[in-house]
Amino acid sequence: MANITSNTESQRLTFWERIYLPEIAKGLGLTFKQMFKPSFTRQYPEERWIPEGSYRGRPVLVLEEDGERCVACGLCSRVCPALAIEVRAAETEQDKERYPEKFEINMLRCIYCGFCEEVCPEEAIVMSKDYELVFSSQQDGIFGKDKLLVPVAQLQERLEFLRQWR
Amino acid sequence: MSLIQLIIIVIQATILLTLMLVCAAYMVLAERKIAAWIQNRVGPNRVGPWGLFQSFADVIKLNLKEDIVPAAADYKFHALAPVIAIGVAITVYAIIPFSGPLVEIDGIQYGLSMAPNMNIGILAMLAMTSVGVYGIALAGWSSNNKYSLMGGLRSAAQMISYELSMGLAIIGVVLIAGSLNLIEIIQAQTSGIWYIFLQPAGFILFFITALAETNRAPFDLPEAEPELVGGYHTEYSGMKFGLLYLAEYANILASSAIMAALYLGGWDAIPFLDDSTILGLAPNSIPLVLLGHVVFLTKAFALVFVFIWVRWSLPRFRYDQLMNLGWKVLLPISLINVVLTGLGVLFFQ
Repeated sequence: MANITSNTESQRLTFWERIYLPEIAKGLGLTFKQMFKPSFTRQYPEERWIPEGSYRGRPVLVLEEDGERCVACGLCSRVCPALAIEVRAAETEQDKERYPEKFEINMLRCIYCGFCEEVCPEEAIVMSKDYELVFSSQQDGIFGKDKLLVPVAQLQERLEFLRQWR
Repeated sequence: MSLIQLIIIVIQATILLTLMLVCAAYMVLAERKIAAWIQNRVGPNRVGPWGLFQSFADVIKLNLKEDIVPAAADYKFHALAPVIAIGVAITVYAIIPFSGPLVEIDGIQYGLSMAPNMNIGILAMLAMTSVGVYGIALAGWSSNNKYSLMGGLRSAAQMISYELSMGLAIIGVVLIAGSLNLIEIIQAQTSGIWYIFLQPAGFILFFITALAETNRAPFDLPEAEPELVGGYHTEYSGMKFGLLYLAEYANILASSAIMAALYLGGWDAIPFLDDSTILGLAPNSIPLVLLGHVVFLTKAFALVFVFIWVRWSLPRFRYDQLMNLGWKVLLPISLINVVLTGLGVLFFQ
């Protein structure tokens, strides 16, 4: 590297800037002004953020009055890039003929990509607004049907969002 | 020294040290609060109203933590370093006169200070702060960790370079006051003008060197987190870490108090004028002395605020910039300041 002789720091700065102290005073003035501005903090446990319909929270199964929508085709399990979903199908007397006997999502593996929702032909698995996922063991991280089934009324916003863009 | 005198001094020391250590603990909270305000955040607010018990929670937590000593560390010196750091930090409080004389027993005046009339006063402060380097350098060396050692070395180099300018800045004040005794320096200011107006360059020099001496940003190279992990206290945990941390804040308070005494008139409430005649109180009467105590603490804590404010405004110096500033800028300015002050004292006094 050649020796830099022009446009050095000492040439670019004026005398007052090179003394530092006036510039430091300016900087201090800026931070002092900041002290009186309102804070951006959300007091989390008391004040919770409610996401929009477009938010991809934890995936859930849609539950209607006569049972779940899912027909256990296994597409979600096939498309899942993190291999988080496990479906075992069984037969039923209803018109749709099939239902998931076992449906498990390993929430430790889930990456919230939303591919399962996108691929689902029945709109049976959708992303919810739930972002508070805490468990104390790896076993607790595997959500079965008991935790996954959510009444359709609670998922209206997401379903409308999906229809809008599909 | 009579027994009564000894008892009084022990009581004074106990009260003052307890208060000062509590203050140091609360400065940690103040630091976090002010940092939060500057960054448009809220800061600690969970422990007690407005986060007021945060400091106690921190101390309890530090006491409950496991005290880990690295296998390669020199155990004796590893344990000794925080003791030196905090011991030296508290010793400096001995010379700070927090108030004027309050009561007189057996012909000796006592105020809210431990050894205020020490005739070497400010010199003792300089001596103790130089010993303070040992705590940090020892902590860095005995940890047997390269980052700690770098932190300790940086601290030693930094303190030696900046102590020179600090001493020369103080000489300006000593020349004008004609005394090393802090009480006499303050009394010279209460009747005359504050030394910040006679020694503006000296005040700025002292402030900058005090920032460097207490390892505060922008001179916090000994504990520069991004480069040195935690610097000299990387290998410390539990209350030993707490002591190093406390020593740092105790040093800030001590240097703020000394700055208030040397340059801002100590317990003098109104600059340029005599307080006792304006307020209609007799000199050295108890209300005036107590007012002076409050004024002194207000000045000291205002300076503590500036310390914290500077930390959250300015970026850290690079190592070569630090040395350039110390030796090529501050040292010549402080020498010129001493010469000019000497000439001024010679011709105007």
